[in-house]
Amino acid sequence: MNEKDLRQKAQILDAEGIRRALVRIAHEIVERNKGTENLALIGIQRRGVPLARRLSACIKEIEGSSVPIGILDITLYRDDLTTLSHQPLLQKTDVPFPVENKKIVLVDDVIYTGRTVRAALDAVIDLGRPKLIQLAVLIDRGHRELPIRADYVGKNVPTSRREVVAVRLMETDGEEKVLILEKKTNA
Amino acid sequence: MQLKGKDLLGLAEMTAEEIDLILDTAARMKEIISRPIKKVPALRGRTVVNVFYEPSTRTRVSFELAAKYLSADSINISASASSVAKGESLKDTARTIEALGADVVVLRHPLAGAAHLLAKTINAAVVNAGDGAHEHPTQALLDIFTVKEKKGILKGVKVAIIGDILHSRVARSNIWGFFKMGANVVVCGPATVIPPEVERLGVRVYHRIEEAVCEADVIMMLRIQLERQKAGLFPSLREYSRLYCLNEERLSLAKPDALIMHPGPVNRGVEISPEMVEHPRSVINEQVTNGVAVRMAILYLLTERGG
Amino acid sequence: MKLIIKGGRIIDPVARKMFFADVLVGEGKILAIGTDLGGEGEQCVAVDARGKLVAPGLIDMHVHLRDPGFEAKETIETGTRAAARGGFTSVACMPNTDPVADNKAVITYICARAKEKGLVNVFPVGAITAGCAGEQLSEMADLKAAGAVAVSDDGRCVANSGVLYRAMQYARMVGLPIIEHCEDAGLSAGGLVHEGYISTVLGLKGIPAAAETIMVARDIILAEATGCRLHVAHVSTAGSVELIRQAKAKGLPVTAEVTPHHFSLTEEAVVNFDPNTKVNPPLRSAADVRAVREGLRDGTIDVIATDHAPHTVQEKDVEYGLAPFGMVGLETAVGLVWTKLVLPGVLDPVEAIAKMTVNPARILGLSKGTLAVGADADITIIDPEREEVVDPARFASKGRNTPFAGWRLKGLPVVTIVGGKIVFRREGIIDGG
Repeated sequence: MNEKDLRQKAQILDAEGIRRALVRIAHEIVERNKGTENLALIGIQRRGVPLARRLSACIKEIEGSSVPIGILDITLYRDDLTTLSHQPLLQKTDVPFPVENKKIVLVDDVIYTGRTVRAALDAVIDLGRPKLIQLAVLIDRGHRELPIRADYVGKNVPTSRREVVAVRLMETDGEEKVLILEKKTNA
Repeated sequence: MQLKGKDLLGLAEMTAEEIDLILDTAARMKEIISRPIKKVPALRGRTVVNVFYEPSTRTRVSFELAAKYLSADSINISASASSVAKGESLKDTARTIEALGADVVVLRHPLAGAAHLLAKTINAAVVNAGDGAHEHPTQALLDIFTVKEKKGILKGVKVAIIGDILHSRVARSNIWGFFKMGANVVVCGPATVIPPEVERLGVRVYHRIEEAVCEADVIMMLRIQLERQKAGLFPSLREYSRLYCLNEERLSLAKPDALIMHPGPVNRGVEISPEMVEHPRSVINEQVTNGVAVRMAILYLLTERGG
Repeated sequence: MKLIIKGGRIIDPVARKMFFADVLVGEGKILAIGTDLGGEGEQCVAVDARGKLVAPGLIDMHVHLRDPGFEAKETIETGTRAAARGGFTSVACMPNTDPVADNKAVITYICARAKEKGLVNVFPVGAITAGCAGEQLSEMADLKAAGAVAVSDDGRCVANSGVLYRAMQYARMVGLPIIEHCEDAGLSAGGLVHEGYISTVLGLKGIPAAAETIMVARDIILAEATGCRLHVAHVSTAGSVELIRQAKAKGLPVTAEVTPHHFSLTEEAVVNFDPNTKVNPPLRSAADVRAVREGLRDGTIDVIATDHAPHTVQEKDVEYGLAPFGMVGLETAVGLVWTKLVLPGVLDPVEAIAKMTVNPARILGLSKGTLAVGADADITIIDPEREEVVDPARFASKGRNTPFAGWRLKGLPVVTIVGGKIVFRREGIIDGG
C-alpha cells in the first residue's frame, strides 16, 4: 500500500512510550524464562531486527549477561507467494547460533493476522528443533486469522481492517513513533 | 525491483541492476544451502521442467537441486540431439510441456536461438541452460557470483577468458555479464577461434596466454572440444596445449590472489594442468555449489506471476 | 476492349525521361501515347492515373515459383498472383524445382502452366548443369528452344571452375546468359548468417563476405576468358560490387542484380533469431549495404530482383539453424525500392524503374520493359504517395516468410496491366470515368 494514499489518524506511542514498552517486555522475558540461560532472540525482518537488538541490550542491563541475536527473513515461507504480482526481495537470514534446544523469542513490530509469525515458526523449525518458541511484539492490533498469540505485548491497539499500524524506528525510518494511518476516502 | 522479462534467455539483454538482483538473491539462497535442512517452501506447487537436448549432468542436476531446495516439483525430459536434426518440433514439445502445467521450462539445446523460440511459443518462464554457441546465462551468473564473493567487487576486476571463444556460449555470456558489471574482460585463443568483431563487445583480444593472464584477477579456462581439431581450427591438441594450457608458470604472471575458474568438465592436461585444477586458488568446486544458489535465485525470481 | 490510362506521369526508362501523357491500349498492345487521347467511341475502360506514375510493366528476373515439386510453398498460379500484386508483369523463375528445370520437359511444363494459370508472363530459367549438381552440362540449346531465357544453378554455385568454364563457352554459343549464384562452399559451409558482429553475438556460424566475393572474381575471369554474358545474382558484398565495377570498366559482358532485402536490411535484423531473416546470401554488414546502394546509384548494379523464395510456415517457424534459407519479395519490392532508394534520393524514379524494366529485359533478351507504341501492353501504375503497413496475411503468395511485416512502406503499385488486361488493382482503386 502506498503511504501517499494514507492519512495519519492518531499517534499511539512516542519514543518514550516505545522505550518503556521494551523495558517492560525485557523484564517479562527474563522473569518468564527464569534468567537468560539458553535464551536467544530472533528478529523478523525488517523492524523486528532493531527491536530484538534493543531487547537484548535491555536484558543485558537487567541481568548483566547478553543474549544472542539472530535475523530471520520469512519471505520464502510466506503463504501468499503464488498470489503476489512479483516476488518480494529477499533479505538476509543470519542466525549465528544453533537453535537446537534453545529458548527462542521471536521479535516483530506488529502482530496482525498471524501469518508472518506462522511463517517465522516454520523458518525457525527448519533451522533446528528449539526447546520452545515465544513471541514478543511491540503492537498487537487484533484480527488474527490463525490460532496464534503473542507472549509479550508492548501495547494492545484495537483497530479496524481499513487502518494501518505504522511503527517507525530510528534504525529503519529515522524517527521514533507508532502511528495509526487510515486510507483516504476518495469521494 | 524485479526482472523485466518473463524469461532468462541471455545476459545480452539484461541490465546491471537485474544482474545485481540475481546476485543478491543468490547470496540469500546460498545461506539456505548451508543449512542442515536445505529446503524452503517458497515454490511449493510450482513445476519446473528440465528439457535437455544435449547431455549435461552438471547443469541439469544443478537445476534439479535448485528446484527441490525451493520445494518445486521438477521433472526431466531428455531428448537426443539427433531428434533435433530429425526435425522433431521444439514447438510441439513445448506446447506439450505447457499443457502439463509447467511454470518454468529450463532448456538446453544444441542450436542457438532455441530458447528464444521456446519463449515466444509458451507462457511459462523459459530459462536458457545453453543454446548452441549463443549463451549460457546461468553459468555466467554463477561465475560472476563466485568472483564477487571472492573479490568483493566486480568493477575494475580483470577477467581473462582463455580458449575456444568462437564456439563457447559460456564465454559469450561471461563477456556480456562481466562487462556490464564493470569488469575488464580480455579473451585469448588461437586466431581461428576468436569470433570476428568481438572487440565490439568491450573486450581486448590476445593470442598469447602470457599477455592475457598478465595481472589478471580471474583466469577462466574453457574446455576445448576435440571436434574442433577435426574441423581444422587448430592443428593438434598437443600444440594447443603447448600454447594455451594453464600451468604454474603462466599462473605466476597473474595477480598473486588470482582465481582459477573452469566451467567444467575439465580436460586435465589439455587446457589446464592437473595441479591447477587442485590449486588452492582454484574455485572450480565452489562454482558448482554457487551454481545451485544462482539457479535457486533465478527460479524464485521468474516464478512471480500469480498462479 | 480498349483501355485508357489518363492523367498519369509516364516513366520512360529507355529514353530516361518522365512526362505527362495518356496511354491508350488495345489488343494487348500500346496503341498511342499522347495528351488528351479521347476514349474514341464505344467500349473503353478508363483508368484515372492522376498523381500516379505509369511505368512499363515491371520485370523480376529472379523468383522461385516452386512449381513443379514444391507446390506447398508456391505454385505458378499463386506466385504470379503475388507478382501482379507486387506490380510485376513478368517474372523469370529459377530452375531448382523438383524435377529440376534441366530439360525441355520441365521448361515446357512451366510455360504451359503459366499460359493456363499464370496471371503474369513467366520466363523460365534453365539449369546450367543436370540436377543443378555442378557436373554434367544441361541441354542448353534444347532449353532455349523450349523457352528458357537464361541458365543458372541458382541456390548453388557451380563449384568446379572447369565445369563453369565449359558451361560459359557453351552458353555463349547457344546465346544464353549465365546467372551465377556466387558462393564458395568451402568458406560458407554450415554458415547461417553474415560472419561479423552479429554472428559473434548470436553464436551462429558465419558466412564470410569472401565466400561470395571470391566466386564473383572467378566468374568474371571466366566471363572474360569465354566472352559469355555473366549475370551475378543477388550481390551482397562490397567486394562483389567493386569487382563488378572494375569488370564493367574493362567492358566485360557482366551485369548484376541486388535484392530489396540486401539494400534494406543489415545483419542486425537477425538479432532476435527471426527465421524470416535467414537468407542466402545472408544479410550483410552496414558497410556492405552502403556499397550495394552505391553500386545501384552509380549503375554498377543493373537490376533489382527479389529472389522471391517462399516457404511454408511450418518450415520457417523452427530453430534458426533448422529453417530453410529464403524470403518472399514480390509483394514488398516496389515499396522497398521507393521507401529505401527513391525517397532518400539514392535513385531517381526513372533509374529505379529502369532497373526493374528495360535492364532485366535486355539481359534476358525480352522485347519488354518499354512503353513504346506497338509494344506489349504490360504496364505498372505506381502511387508514390500511397502508404501501407506490410501485412503478410494479405499476401497473394503462399509464402508469408518476410522480415518486413509491420514495416510502413511508401510508394506502392496500385494497378498492374498484363497484355492490356488489368490483373491487379490495389484496394480503393476503381475505374475512372
